[in-house]
Amino acid sequence: MGGKKDIDDRFKKFGTVSFTGISKVNDFIGYLEQGKIMGTRCTDCGKVFFPPRAECFKCLPGTIEWFEVAGSGKLVSYSRLQFGPVGFENDLPYCIALLDYGDFKVFGRIADDLAEEKLSIGMAMKTRVNELPNGQLNYVFEPA
Amino acid sequence: MGKVAIIGVGQSAFVRSYPGSIRELAFEGFSAAMKDAGLAAADIGASVVCSAPEYDKQRSPAGVLAEYLGLNPQPTFYVESLCSSSSMGLRLAYSLVKSGLHDSVAVIGFQKMSEISSSESQERMGRGADIQWESPFGTMMPAYYAMYAQAHMAKYGTTPEDLAQIRVKAATYGQLNEKAVFRKPVTMESFTDPESRMAGPVASPLRVGDCCANADGSSCIVVASEEKARAVCKKPVWILGVGAASTSVNLAGRDLFTGLTVAQEASRQAYEMAGVGPKDIDVAEVHDCFTIAELMAYENLSFAEPGKGVELIREKQTYKEGRIPVNVDGGLLSKGHPIGATGGSQIRTIVLQLREEAGDIQVKGPEIGLVHNIGGVGLYGNVTILGR
Repeated sequence: MGGKKDIDDRFKKFGTVSFTGISKVNDFIGYLEQGKIMGTRCTDCGKVFFPPRAECFKCLPGTIEWFEVAGSGKLVSYSRLQFGPVGFENDLPYCIALLDYGDFKVFGRIADDLAEEKLSIGMAMKTRVNELPNGQLNYVFEPA
Repeated sequence: MGKVAIIGVGQSAFVRSYPGSIRELAFEGFSAAMKDAGLAAADIGASVVCSAPEYDKQRSPAGVLAEYLGLNPQPTFYVESLCSSSSMGLRLAYSLVKSGLHDSVAVIGFQKMSEISSSESQERMGRGADIQWESPFGTMMPAYYAMYAQAHMAKYGTTPEDLAQIRVKAATYGQLNEKAVFRKPVTMESFTDPESRMAGPVASPLRVGDCCANADGSSCIVVASEEKARAVCKKPVWILGVGAASTSVNLAGRDLFTGLTVAQEASRQAYEMAGVGPKDIDVAEVHDCFTIAELMAYENLSFAEPGKGVELIREKQTYKEGRIPVNVDGGLLSKGHPIGATGGSQIRTIVLQLREEAGDIQVKGPEIGLVHNIGGVGLYGNVTILGR
């Protein structure tokens, strides 16, 4: 019988404030701790998922395996925030962004040390794991 | 099956902080619509209550509102699609009447946003996106729409001044709307004057002046069968087309960042159902939660080709005297955006226009009007076409 100690709530560690504790893709957090950003792929139909999913909606549920987000993507768009939601005040200002890797896209933040003036849509960027001051983990984009 | 009509419309004033509870707020829009329709609560077959959750503490608000408004024992239930909730409610009311299940339905939208702080409401709105994968990065509505603005500027050369022109137009009409929360004039100079709040940065490239304000408000639309409408209403406005669509909640699942696919798809459906095209629209209300949202609406509704929407505002074609008047009630930018009430307010404006009862903002002799109402960051899209 599983006690409370057995609950895998690793997803609480994702981002400045996580709104999710338990997910079937909690291994994503384990990979982040190893410095890897991982998506999933359905080996039955070949569909690629980022953010990763535990099931394939085409194959119901399909056969899911992990793959590493590697190489570089192109900057699709970005915005630098001067105001933030409750819980994110200490991060301000910060810049959210989207990268296009071709088969999938990744939503995240621009690395803090990269000025907005250095950004241009279409530029090549790569994704790396980032530890936040409060010990939480996310990922950020920096020039490839 | 006969046609389906709108026979009554009403809204409260949209205000920063309503001095009453949600049931009392909803009463304002409902009572105005019932007076407009010349009906009593007992005449209404069912009610659909629309809002976005977690601004006030009431769970399942439909029951509470129905009782307060005298709508028992008729069925009542809740519909939610964030900022387009009351347009989704209208879609549902249309189907309930069209099917013959009810001869009349009241669509009641409300939102009391002032019970929480502005940064708390940004957190709530951010959680109207993907809480597992995006909200942990600190997302909020202005920043998401800012990403669309950034992409639109990069692809088409749209400028912050183009966006400011949309706010200037909104304020032109907001000053005339006694139900609007923001009624001050805004000029292009407001965006360069350091003393003005309009120029303050929010989420690049959007500034304070590019964003609508939170507000408290309610709205109500009374929908009826053709038979009932002809019996009780002198100027029924007919629902000609209802389009609705959805897309990936996570931006990573989308391909277009210079427009909203839900608006493209919902308008395609609505035009087809109504048997009209964009050139037939005489007056429109579009979801200008941000200036960029109105600009994208011009293009997504096919009032302009992609990238050419700026020409409509630069040439003032979306002013009251222009080729396609848009948001001549001041839009969300002036009225404020009480989420669940917004769609009903937009529909009310078009109904009054088609009845030629819009007063100072009346467009000359409109026959067909359109309402574009978006939920979330282009997550849900509703386009409704009305005719007289």
